Amino acid sequence: MRDTPLSNCERDFLLKAIQEKKRLDGRQTYDYRSIKISFGTDYGCCFVDLGKTRIMAQVSCELITPKENRPNEGLIFFNIELSPMASPAFEMGRQSELLVKLNRQLERCLRNSKCIDTESLCVVSGEKVWQIRVDVHLLNHDGNLMDAASIAAIAALCHFRRPDVGIQGEEVTVYSTEERDPIPLSIYHMPICVSFSFFQQGTYLLVDPCEREERVMDGLLMIAMNKHREICSIQSSGGIMLLKDQVLRCSKIASVKVSEITELINKALENDKKARKTGGKFGFAESLPQERITALKTDVSHVEMSDVKEKANEIVQRAEVPPQTVPSPVLTAPGTGQVGEGLENSWGLKEEEEEEEEDETVELKMELEEGHEEKGRGDVVVISDSDSEEEDVVILNQVTTK
Amino acid sequence: MGDVFSFQMPESITDSKPEKVVCGPGLRRNGDEVLVCKSGILRHKQPNLYWIDSQQRRYVPGKGESVIGIITAKSGDIFKVDVGGSEQASLSYLAFEGATKRNRPNVQVGDLVYSQFIIANKDMEPELVCIDSCGRANGMGVFGAGGLLFKVSLGLVRRLLAPQSEIAKDLEKMFPFEIVVGMNGRVWVKSKTIQQTLIVANLLESCENMTAQQRQTLFRRVADGSI
Repeated sequence: MRDTPLSNCERDFLLKAIQEKKRLDGRQTYDYRSIKISFGTDYGCCFVDLGKTRIMAQVSCELITPKENRPNEGLIFFNIELSPMASPAFEMGRQSELLVKLNRQLERCLRNSKCIDTESLCVVSGEKVWQIRVDVHLLNHDGNLMDAASIAAIAALCHFRRPDVGIQGEEVTVYSTEERDPIPLSIYHMPICVSFSFFQQGTYLLVDPCEREERVMDGLLMIAMNKHREICSIQSSGGIMLLKDQVLRCSKIASVKVSEITELINKALENDKKARKTGGKFGFAESLPQERITALKTDVSHVEMSDVKEKANEIVQRAEVPPQTVPSPVLTAPGTGQVGEGLENSWGLKEEEEEEEEDETVELKMELEEGHEEKGRGDVVVISDSDSEEEDVVILNQVTTK
Repeated sequence: MGDVFSFQMPESITDSKPEKVVCGPGLRRNGDEVLVCKSGILRHKQPNLYWIDSQQRRYVPGKGESVIGIITAKSGDIFKVDVGGSEQASLSYLAFEGATKRNRPNVQVGDLVYSQFIIANKDMEPELVCIDSCGRANGMGVFGAGGLLFKVSLGLVRRLLAPQSEIAKDLEKMFPFEIVVGMNGRVWVKSKTIQQTLIVANLLESCENMTAQQRQTLFRRVADGSI
């Protein structure tokens, strides 16, 4: 089946909204959607909800012969599947580019970072080792699959318990769950991916893009980090040019987000452990809210409305002063003026404006646009330095109408 | 397939003794029995109309319904339009007001169109037109520069389009905005600023699961928050 095409007006609106630092669901630039982590009844089964994106990860293990060049290391195998229920664009069995990219990135993030001690998975050197298999299934696609997949995979790995093994001389006994308690994997650290999407050639940055934002983005930067501020992998796709301190800034943001998410995972693991110990109910079925068609229940959706009052007050206060920010700058022809319509009044320009615009040249507007791109890093910061840049965007009137 | 149900009709109806029972969407007749084929609440309208009120987001094209479509391709004499159904619908070049073979309408791939179905059944490819039977546009055609398109459930769309729609009346009191509602669950909103457009879009999306009272409290809160 085909995916719903993105109409021109949606694309324009999204880009315009991003320029005004507004997101569709009212989040701020660096906000994540609400993350919910729940575990199933089996050890190693984990569901992650990132907003509406839903992913399930299941960890299993089996005994196999190890690789010849590494006889005393266990193996880890990752597999991501894009289920057709996630999006009409996904078809079962079709190897799409997205799938390959996600698989590769998950492998790089978790295997190459050596977050799991593979030597502890060895049973008999050269003959029998544990192979840990992580299957990640995508249940609903609403953007930012990589982050959700990495959270699900690492949470499932932390939750998983493998059967205990006893070695007596030549004999190896694998104890079932009833005979001996299964033991957890030895995990050194928890690498988590954080995705940054870039718009307008790197000028605007959003963390945790939703599906529609992903469709209009120029490029994506994925940073996999653990809470000890060690970068496990960085990948930039989409071919955008990023400046060095843009990347540095992103990594700082990522470290903050990763520590929050790691705390969340640990808390979820704690709760699950407590529930199992006290004999309380646990598992997937319990974590689902009771939903009935006759009952009205929905998550709290935040309506972004607080801005408007402050904005209106600002505008009122600035009425006397020549406005420094203009929603859509208009270059009027010489000899004409503009009144009303919310834009700056250019009838009877005050003298203060003329003093500000000392460098009145025709190319000023062009230079401003280039300046914007160079000062891209300034725009990336949310604590706004942006006001100082926008000062330059003023209606230019070559000829005053006095 | 479905459940077979039977119930006691309330006293008031048995007097008129309706011989004919009209089964609406979600109900199917099987000889003497009436079978339910969708999950939902059974609703009844006097004197003899029954139907199932179900929550559905997937649209099935129906003749005469006005929908918002997205142009996906131009091929030969027709446009291919995505309406959210299982198949793409076709829209002829000539089905616009004032269009002739020489005077082609200015429609690009990715534009939004508000149009009506003239053919919509399960055996044929659905067809759309942007004119009514007199050849006038009557509000249909290409639109949409500068607004936001989003998707809601079909039930909410029907509630919005009902003649005495409370939701529409409540929304009107907020601030001025333009809205186009398609029966395929797509809604297009445009307001003066991006902020207001986003507010309206979010309000509509959250209206789905609210009672009238909760909705009115929410709208009042938003109206107080903004100026």
